[in-house]
Amino acid sequence: MSELPTDYSVQTRTRASSISAIVALALVVLALALPAFASRSLIQDMFFILTMLVLAQFWNLLAGYGGLVSVGQQAFVGIGAYAMFGVVILLGFDPVASILIGGIAALVLAIPTAFFAFRLQGAYFAIGTWVIAEVVRLLVAQWKQVGGGTGTSLPRSATSDMWFTGAIETLFDVKSAAARDILAYWLAVFLAVATIAGIYWLLRTKRGLGLAAVRDNIEAAKSVGVDAVRMKWLVFLVSAFGTGLAGGLIYLQKARISPDAAFSLQDWTAYVIFIVVIGGIGTIEGPILGVLVFFILQSLLADYGSWYLMALGAIGVAIMLFAPRGLWGLFSDRTGIELFPVRRRLIGGGISGGRLSATSSSSKEE
Amino acid sequence: MIWVDTIIQGILLGGLYALFAAGLSLVFGIMRLVNLAHGDLIVLGAYLILLLVTLTGLSPFVAAAVAMPFMFALGYGLQKFMLNRVLGDDILPPLLVTFGLSVVLQNALLEGFSADSQRIQSGPLSSASVEIAGLNLGVMPLLTFASALVVIIGLNQLFYRTSLGRAFRATSDDPTTASLMGIKPAGIFAKATGIAMIIVTIAALYLGMRSNFDPSIGPARLIYAFEAVIIGGLGSLWGTLAGGVIIGVAQTVGAAINPEWQILAGHMAFLVVLLLRPRGLFPRAVD
Repeated sequence: MSELPTDYSVQTRTRASSISAIVALALVVLALALPAFASRSLIQDMFFILTMLVLAQFWNLLAGYGGLVSVGQQAFVGIGAYAMFGVVILLGFDPVASILIGGIAALVLAIPTAFFAFRLQGAYFAIGTWVIAEVVRLLVAQWKQVGGGTGTSLPRSATSDMWFTGAIETLFDVKSAAARDILAYWLAVFLAVATIAGIYWLLRTKRGLGLAAVRDNIEAAKSVGVDAVRMKWLVFLVSAFGTGLAGGLIYLQKARISPDAAFSLQDWTAYVIFIVVIGGIGTIEGPILGVLVFFILQSLLADYGSWYLMALGAIGVAIMLFAPRGLWGLFSDRTGIELFPVRRRLIGGGISGGRLSATSSSSKEE
Repeated sequence: MIWVDTIIQGILLGGLYALFAAGLSLVFGIMRLVNLAHGDLIVLGAYLILLLVTLTGLSPFVAAAVAMPFMFALGYGLQKFMLNRVLGDDILPPLLVTFGLSVVLQNALLEGFSADSQRIQSGPLSSASVEIAGLNLGVMPLLTFASALVVIIGLNQLFYRTSLGRAFRATSDDPTTASLMGIKPAGIFAKATGIAMIIVTIAALYLGMRSNFDPSIGPARLIYAFEAVIIGGLGSLWGTLAGGVIIGVAQTVGAAINPEWQILAGHMAFLVVLLLRPRGLFPRAVD
């Protein structure tokens, strides 16, 4: 009788993922060096792309992995931004440090939000989160110290001597407004990289496996000991924190806030949903591809106003009807390439490349 | 006395919200589908009625009756060719498709009718009032509430007295078994959405006659409708009316205390009910 092979291992790495890791590293280095030779408008465009990418990744974590379709993420963008403005204006904190306060405020808001919204199932959860976002917007509009319904600007005293901007001014020989854009851009690069790395790490841990199991079949997951409720809390709180940080950062760069803008359903949730759906829901690659498509569409069509939004909505509907796994899903199905693989494969012992293990892949069709 | 007046106004306003919600409640009860474009479809209906009134000079009520078959056909087609394709265990596709539809509708209306706010002119009716037990009540709010009652009684009759209603209930309980009995769920769903669109037309008529509207107000109507459905309990039509009344009373009482609190008070009432009775006041359907 032949002995059982002992030289096998479980791994998630593929050749494509090894190459993509090297390419990603090179891209990050390039992104950090960009302000040395790029124009200010390119930096601003990149800032927009990166912050939308962060929002998209967190919405994807919620909906694509956690099965929690929230239409109320603007609550966390808005509260993150307003908390940042609040501590800068009322307590005189540095805006850069205040971004962190924005994230914490969103995290704190997420606790009662989850308490209410988790009482609702499925589609009702979606509108429930939206109602809560509306409540927060209406309450913030009553907060007179930060401008009430009309909004306010970051005080000049706070923006002129913000951390790091002095150094950036001398480093690149630019004015303070441009230095602020570069600082915001670098923070966005940092936040985007940390978000993708963090989510990828989470999905590869035991918790991530549990999360995928809950998404694919909640009853089966519960039967093998996954605490589904805890998983939902985990992704909801993590997403709220990340979305709040992004909100603080976005409004650090804008330096002007109003309740209608900061709690905009269209800007912070509708666009984000389209990015994720068009790129491919339930994958890390999807939002990256989606945000690039979104940016190209916006650059080409933004002058057409409502036609642009109609086209965006129609593309989203068409994708959901005919290619529910998005553009990345189409590509990945044909080529088998995954840049951020989370599927555990059993390698070695004569079963090389086999898919014997419990799947934690990014698709439900597996 | 002022408080009695405020509460009566709130109850009557609740009739409007029940009209917004009845179509949503019907569709949810039968196919567990939440149409995120519901509010925008109401606004679409209001523009259709406005167009008919402006072009032909018909009375708004006649115009709404003319619009009904078109709205029925729209709902039927929408369900048959689009929404039926995404119905299933996974709630994500129908949500995202109807969300996309909502954005498309809003912007199509914006392109077609501009952002200017409009109103369906109803002549002397809009300001007429009657005195009942010492209270001056507007004819329009009374008419709205009466229409809500008629719609809910009518829907209940349809559900429990007709063969179509039996097919609705059977499909709602178990589509697979219903199809063994010769019912085609796809066709039943299409008819249900068509009927929901007829109710949407009635809601649109009162929305358009009572206040100004523009292409952007759909999502807020969806939220009120949704709150009424949840407060009432899923699947209960009378519950939906009660839910609408609770939102309406909360809003008028909130507005009486501070005009800025009107919308907020309605949302707060919803959250309180959710806190105390997570399944609503009169739950029927098991979600």
